[in-house]
Amino acid sequence: MAVVVRIPTPLRKLTGNQNEVREEGGTIREILKNLELHYPGIGERLADESGELRRFINVYVNEEDIRFREGLDTPIKPGDEVSIIPAIAGGAA
Amino acid sequence: MGMPGSRPLNREILLPASLSKEILVHCLSVRPEEGCGLVAADSSGRAVAVLPITNALHSPVRYQMETREQFDAMKRLRREGWSLWAIFHSHPHSEPAPSPTDIRLAFYPDCLYIIAGLGTDPPILRCFSIVDGKISEHILRIVPDSVTNLD
Repeated sequence: MAVVVRIPTPLRKLTGNQNEVREEGGTIREILKNLELHYPGIGERLADESGELRRFINVYVNEEDIRFREGLDTPIKPGDEVSIIPAIAGGAA
Repeated sequence: MGMPGSRPLNREILLPASLSKEILVHCLSVRPEEGCGLVAADSSGRAVAVLPITNALHSPVRYQMETREQFDAMKRLRREGWSLWAIFHSHPHSEPAPSPTDIRLAFYPDCLYIIAGLGTDPPILRCFSIVDGKISEHILRIVPDSVTNLD
């Protein structure tokens, strides 16, 4: 079952400038794995060596941050929308 | 001109006066914390709206946009047919120039970075691109709203 994954501007070079793609997977972990298969290089931008989501990457399923659900094991159902949103951060120090 | 390590000024960026004011009003309202937010452009690339976002760190020297508000702001951009034009934040006490932290965490290379320096009277806005750790400063011109409203 494929769902829509929204790709943020900084990662669109890896998806051939597509702002959304369709990807298969029953959980976010599977979606990320398939993203890497189809768009090599995107996986390491999203997750670290241990496979955990990078600190400055936020993933939403519909209206919910997966950190407040089941993290990478958050289940995906038909019609869900997945959004990848790099944090915006910085500061003087 | 510019800071050590920066590349030459290379583009002229037009920011409508009302948006410049909105950025400063927001940043001054949360001082001494750093203020932050997004600036949207319409389909022709003109800056059209300022979307202030809460600094989740509530710090005078660091900012991170509150995730939910950032998500909602991105959705609003999509709904209105806007694009992300600039990311702004303030340096309440220091020079409005990208810090090593700003450079390290600049994940949006296609977008402008506007920094408001609140340590001077009047405050100063400066505008940069940060790509692959390299800074370019642009000439930021605050223009009457009518200048960018020409159709």
